This record gives sequence, C-alpha cells and structure tokens, in this order.
Amino acid sequence: MAMLEVTQLGISFGGLRAVDSLTMHIEKGALAGLIGPNGAGKTTVFNMLTGVYRPTDGGIRLDGENLIGKAPHDICKLGVARTFQNIRLFSKLSVLDNVKTALHNEIGYTLAESLLHLGSYRKKEREMDARALDILKVFGLDGKSRFIAANLPYGQQRKLEIARALATNPKLLLLDEPAAGMNPQETGELMETIQLVREKYGVTVLLIEHDMKLVAGICEYLYVLNFGRELAQGTPAEVLNDPEVVTAYLGE
Amino acid sequence: MAFLNNLISGISLGSVYAIIALGYTMVYGIAKMLNFAHGDVIMVGAYVSFCTTSYLDLPPLLSIVLAVLVCTALGVVIERLAYKPLREAASLAVLITAIGVSYFLQNAALLLWTANPKSFTSVVGNGSISLFDGGLIVSHITLATVAACIVIMVALTLFTSKTKMGTAMRAVSEDKGAAQLMGINVNTTISVTFAIGSALAAVAGVLLCSAYPLLVPTTGSMPGIKAFTAAVFGGIGSIPGALVGGLMLGIIEIMSRAYISMQLSDAIVFAVLIVVLLVKPDGLLGKRRNEKV
Amino acid sequence: MKKLFSADRRDYILSFGIVIAAFAIVQAMILTGNITSSLKGQLVPICAYIVMAVSLNLTVGVLGELSLGHAGFMSVGAFTGIVVTTVLADAVPLAPLRLALAIAVGGLFAGVAGVIVGVPVLRLKGDYLAIVTLAFGQIIMNIVNVLYIGLDENGLHFSLLEQKFELAEGGKMVINGPIGVSGVSKLSTFTAGFVLVLVTLFLILNLMHSRTGRAVMSVRDNAIAAESIGISITRYKLLAFVVSAVFAGMAGALYAMNYSTVTAAKFDFNTSILVLVFVVLGGLGNIWGSVIAAALLTVLPELLRAVNDYRMLLYAILLIVMMLFNNSKLKERLLARGRKEVE
Repeated sequence: MAMLEVTQLGISFGGLRAVDSLTMHIEKGALAGLIGPNGAGKTTVFNMLTGVYRPTDGGIRLDGENLIGKAPHDICKLGVARTFQNIRLFSKLSVLDNVKTALHNEIGYTLAESLLHLGSYRKKEREMDARALDILKVFGLDGKSRFIAANLPYGQQRKLEIARALATNPKLLLLDEPAAGMNPQETGELMETIQLVREKYGVTVLLIEHDMKLVAGICEYLYVLNFGRELAQGTPAEVLNDPEVVTAYLGE
Repeated sequence: MAFLNNLISGISLGSVYAIIALGYTMVYGIAKMLNFAHGDVIMVGAYVSFCTTSYLDLPPLLSIVLAVLVCTALGVVIERLAYKPLREAASLAVLITAIGVSYFLQNAALLLWTANPKSFTSVVGNGSISLFDGGLIVSHITLATVAACIVIMVALTLFTSKTKMGTAMRAVSEDKGAAQLMGINVNTTISVTFAIGSALAAVAGVLLCSAYPLLVPTTGSMPGIKAFTAAVFGGIGSIPGALVGGLMLGIIEIMSRAYISMQLSDAIVFAVLIVVLLVKPDGLLGKRRNEKV
Repeated sequence: MKKLFSADRRDYILSFGIVIAAFAIVQAMILTGNITSSLKGQLVPICAYIVMAVSLNLTVGVLGELSLGHAGFMSVGAFTGIVVTTVLADAVPLAPLRLALAIAVGGLFAGVAGVIVGVPVLRLKGDYLAIVTLAFGQIIMNIVNVLYIGLDENGLHFSLLEQKFELAEGGKMVINGPIGVSGVSKLSTFTAGFVLVLVTLFLILNLMHSRTGRAVMSVRDNAIAAESIGISITRYKLLAFVVSAVFAGMAGALYAMNYSTVTAAKFDFNTSILVLVFVVLGGLGNIWGSVIAAALLTVLPELLRAVNDYRMLLYAILLIVMMLFNNSKLKERLLARGRKEVE
C-alpha cells in the first residue's frame, strides 16, 4: 500500500463542487507534483489533506491511518506538514523562534518548567537551538537566525516556511507553490534544496507549482487537476505532452 | 396588562438604544472603529438641550435643534482631530484614543456643569394617554421616542439606498481603497457618517433624559455601552441589525427588571448577548466573514 | 534591519535591577519622610496595577486578543481574598502569611473564572471577542453586587440577591451586597506588593521565553500556520487567558486588602479600560513597558494635583496626544534619527 492513499476525495462549498472524486497514491519517498490551471482546486486538496477543510466525501489515509475528521494540529502530529501559497510566517518572531515553535511536539517540557525555567528547560532549549540551526543551515538561513521573520526578503521567507514545516519532522511535506515570485536563479536553487531535503530528511514531497520548468525538473510523477477533477496523471514526460493537458493550460 | 405596560416601556427604551446603536453601527461600518466616545456625545446633547430650556427658557423643539447642531459639529471635530490622523494605525490605538475622547468629554462636562445631577424636563411634557380605563398607560415621551425611532430608521434606510452620499457610504464600508479609486472622497464620507451618528446621539440624549430625567456627566456611559452591545447583538455594521438589537435589548432589560430581578437586569442583558454571539458569531443580522487559506 | 536582542540575559537582569532599585529608593523616601501621604497611599495600588497591566498584556499583547473585562477577574480575586482572610483570621495570626494565602486563593478562583469565561469567549474573534469579555466583566460585577456572605461559628453562609441567612451571635457579614466589604484589616503593604510584582514579572517573562510562550505567540501571529505545525489553538489561547486571569485575581486580592471598604463597583468597566490604557501605552507584548506605564499613569493624576480641578481633563488630553504621537510620522522620523546615531 502507498504511504498516502487518497480515494474518491470530494468537497462542495454550497452548490460549488470544488474537488470531485480525486484519487491519488503517493509512495514513500516519492516527489510528486499537483498541477493545473488557476482555480482547479489544488490548494483545496492541500486544505483537505491537512484538516483545514473537512471533505464532503472520500477518504484520506496516511500509512493506513484515517485523517478525515482530525484537527489540523493532530494531523501534523501524524506526520503531515505544509507551506502556504500566501506565506504564513510568525511575522513578529525571530527566524530561529519560527523554527523552534515548530519543534513544539518534537522536544517538550512541562508548563511548570516553562514558568520557572527549571528542570530540563535549559537542556531542552539548547537542544532546540541546535536542531533549529541545523535545519536553517540547509536553507542558508543560519546567519539570519536572530532577524525578525517579517524583515526577511521574500525568497527567504518562502525558504523559512519550508524550514519550519520540516522542523515538525514530517513523513509527508506539502509545498504550495514554493517557487512563486522567485526569479529563475532562485528557482534553480530551490529545486536543489528540495532534492537535498528529501534525501537528508527522508520525506515524501507533494508540491503544487505553476513553474513547469521546476515541475518537469524534479517531480517524478504528476497529477493534473482541472475544474476539481483529475485530468491526467503520469510521469512529467507523459503528462506534459498530453493534448488534453496542453488544451487545459492554453485554452481552446 | 402589566405585561403590556412593561412591553411598551421596553420598546420605548429599546428605541433609544436603537437610535444610539445606529450611530455606533454606521461609524463601525465605515471607519471600522469602536467609537467609545459616542455615549458621551449623548450626554453633551442632553446638557445642551437642558441649558437651552432651563437657563434660556427657549422652546423644547429649538433645544433639540440646538443639541443636534452642537453634537453634529462636535462629532465632526472629534473625527478630524482625534481619529483621522489614526486612520492607518492599529485598531487598538484608535480604541484607546476614543477612550481618551470619552474621558475628555466627561471631565469637560464635570467642569462645566459639576457632578450635581440636573433634573431634565421632558421635551414633550409629562402627559400620557390612558387606554382600557387606565389599564394601559402610554406616556407622551414613549410615543415621541417610538415615532422618532421609526422616522430615523426610514430616513436612514432611504438615505443609504437612494442618495449619492448613501451609496458612497456603502462603498466605503465595503472597500475603502476601491471606493477611493472610483472617485469617492473618503474623508468627506467619513465626516458625514460621524455627523449623522452624532446628530442621532443628540436626539437619543434628549429622548433618554426626557424618560429618565437625572442628568450627570456620566449619563451617557451605560446607555452607550448597552447600545454598543445592541449594535453587536444585531450584527455590527447593519442598520436593520441596530434596530432589532436595540429593541430586543430594551425589551429584555425591562422584562428582566420586572419579572426576574432589578439588580441583575444588566447581567441578564449581557448574558443574552453572550448566548446570541455564541450561536451566531456575527450577530443576528451580521454578515459572515471567512478567512481564505 | 531590526535584530532580536530583547531576550538578552543582560538586559533582563538589568531590568530587574532597576525595579529593585526603584523599590529601595521609595523605601528610603518613606523612612526619611520624603513622600507625600497621598503618594504613599498609592504605592500598593501601583503594585496592583502593574500586576494587572502585565497580566492583561499576556492576553492583549502576547495572545493578541482584546479583553475589555479584565477587572472582572480582579474582582473575583479581591472578594475571594477577603473571604479567605476573614475565615483565617484566627487560624493564621501571622498577617503576611494570611495575605499570601489570600492572594494565592484569589488567583486560583480568578483562574477558575478564567476557564468559565475563556471556553466560550475564545471561540469568537476580534471585536466580537472584545464585546463578550466586556459583557462577562459586567456580569461578574453585577453578581458580586448582589452577593451576601456571612461568617459565624457554624461556618460560611452564602446567598444571592438578598440576605437569606441569619447569623449566630458573634457572627459577621463578610460581603454585604451592594454595600460590599467594610472593616477588613488592611493586610497589604508596599513590600508585599513589590514581592508580587517581582514574582509576576519573573513568571510571565519566563513563560514568554519558553515553548509555551512561543506557542501562544505563534497563535497570535498566524493561527492557521500554528495549527499546521501541530499547535492546538484552543489549548494555548485558553492557557494564556487563564494564566492572565490568575494574575489579575492576585492583583485584585492585593488591591482589596489595601482598603478597609471595597465594593463591587470598584472593579467596573472603567477599571478594565484603565488597565488596557497602561498596556497599549506601554506597548503590546512589551512587559517592561506595561510596568512603566502602569506606574507612571497611576502617579500622574497625583502629580497633576496642583491643577486639581483640571487634572482628569489634562489626563484625557495627554492620553489622546500620546496616542496621536505614538502613531505619527514625527515619531518615525525621530526614531529613524536615533537609530542612525546609534549606528
């Protein structure tokens, strides 16, 4: 069985069918892409996978465990982490604290230790610092750990969001348009970083992207959505040469 | 019959709340701020009316006109001096400034008129109509209050839907930036909103003190808070919501005073508000807003 | 670009040092008689307001939810504290210990009230949340206003709305409805207040620099993102709200036992607003700012006593001017110049 099993997934908002009978099987260690024109329902799929929206029908299983009806923070604990299309950082916290916040369930201590700074507080905080800096280094952000997140340039904010998601030690990492707003050189660097992260942390990656160069360059398998339904799936070479996909993207 | 009498008192008090709540709701809808000084404008209106009738011996109708004029000017000046510079600031900063304005008005009134309560003479006299052989007594001020509330509601509804300025107001409340791009003068629109809200506050002040005649510098605070509650209750930003909220609040208050407990009536009013907001988080007639992920 | 050095250990110790030095100076002034009696009477209220401001800052600044009913929790702590000291009057003759117990129990009860209020309130957002906290503050005030508690040899008697119990001979009323509390022994001292301020600062600052504090701030900055990294929004909102209520309750107990008569009306909407003003002027999320603002603004009306009749008017004008200045371009420019000089 695949790591992520999505079966007949669908959701309606009022009368609008945003996603309809979507089925996906993503193997452990895979790097898959979810593509499609604007408004195809890609982000809605991510919102269902992470518990932000509750699907109207269908099933989602991660390593056999049902995710439907679970709260977003519980789904995170089961191993799903994500980034957002419109960046959502903890803007007033430092870069380091953004990542340390994500270590919340990884390295814990009690409320009493929080209030008194006694017991394992010091040891655990140091451990968090080390883990967070380690992750930031992968993204070249370790030098900026004391900056306030909101003051980072755009591209680095996107990277910090990925770093934060990784800190939760996920099995499955969902990236929502990681290259949006980046120039070709930054996109190239990002592609390398995603590859590196996948090997170093052993995560399975599913990404939404508009940049076809990035998609074709790193994804091994693609799902194409159009009007909430699956239009095609397969390797990038198969999918991107599919006449239906080309029509969907370019219009009639 | 006692029940009917209470219901009428409730509607009368509720009409005053509704008129005050309209001011809150219009200002909130357009400037997105909680104008905590609104209640104190009521008090100023009542004092102006009091002075013109008691010191200058002018007719009551003229005193209302004067109160409306003074409060309208006051509302516009407050907006220009204290709120306009903060239009881009955090909402909490504006809230604290409004509290400052409220303190200012209360303490200025304290200096001008001292803390001694003034006994307000009703603008429509103390007469009443007696129905069913005296079983049902409706005072003139009750009739005047309800009539004023109906006239104001109809006029405001027509104003916001039919006039150019009313349309501009609705546009600014939907999207300030877009309204500006469409050539609407946002500053003027906001000023007009404050002017209307404050004029209504003056009317409410006169009506309130005609029914409950003790006038002190803090007279406006509690009705202000309650009318604000009424606005939220009905769905803040909504004109019909202010009417419904105000009436409900007035009726609940009078009924709980009569049948449950005099001292706990405020607690009951606020408890009902909490229940309503928990069931309908945007108030009875408010619009739902959802955050896009 | 701004760097984050506020958590720096040295600053932290230095700030505590300043507070302790301020206490020593005031103590010296008291000993040498260099303090007016009205100012002396303000010392315990200043400590109580500092604790109130710091605790409200936890809700408004750190959690990011506007509360307009914080005085309600102060009230719960105040009246619980008074009941505790009255009951323990014979059992615990040592005054400071009795005060400490009253403050602790006052905090505990305020915490319970925090849970009762917080569970429904925290489901709401923004201005709606604010108005419901206001409503709860009013409800607490109304209920305390009709609360009758008496103590006699058979123990405590409670009733609502009217006194429905008879006290045995030698018994006394602890809380007497709208008349409130009278004839309580004044247990609070400046030293006690100062200790409470230190404990509050120590615990709240520690909390902010811990995983719990980061979780709360992440909910403030972006609730959806916080959820996505495994933080339960409800849990951390409630936690911050309840901790905040506990400290407000402790401040209430301290405050109440500085006076021989206390009524429910003392902890009304105006008190909630007064504390909110301290928090906003001191800076949202800025704990030391709250301390300074609470102390200065409590003393300010005293300092304006020379212009007695006009002092509250001046206070109002100062408040408006400070808010306008805080958000003006002038301040931006001055700050920018200051920064340049530092570099």
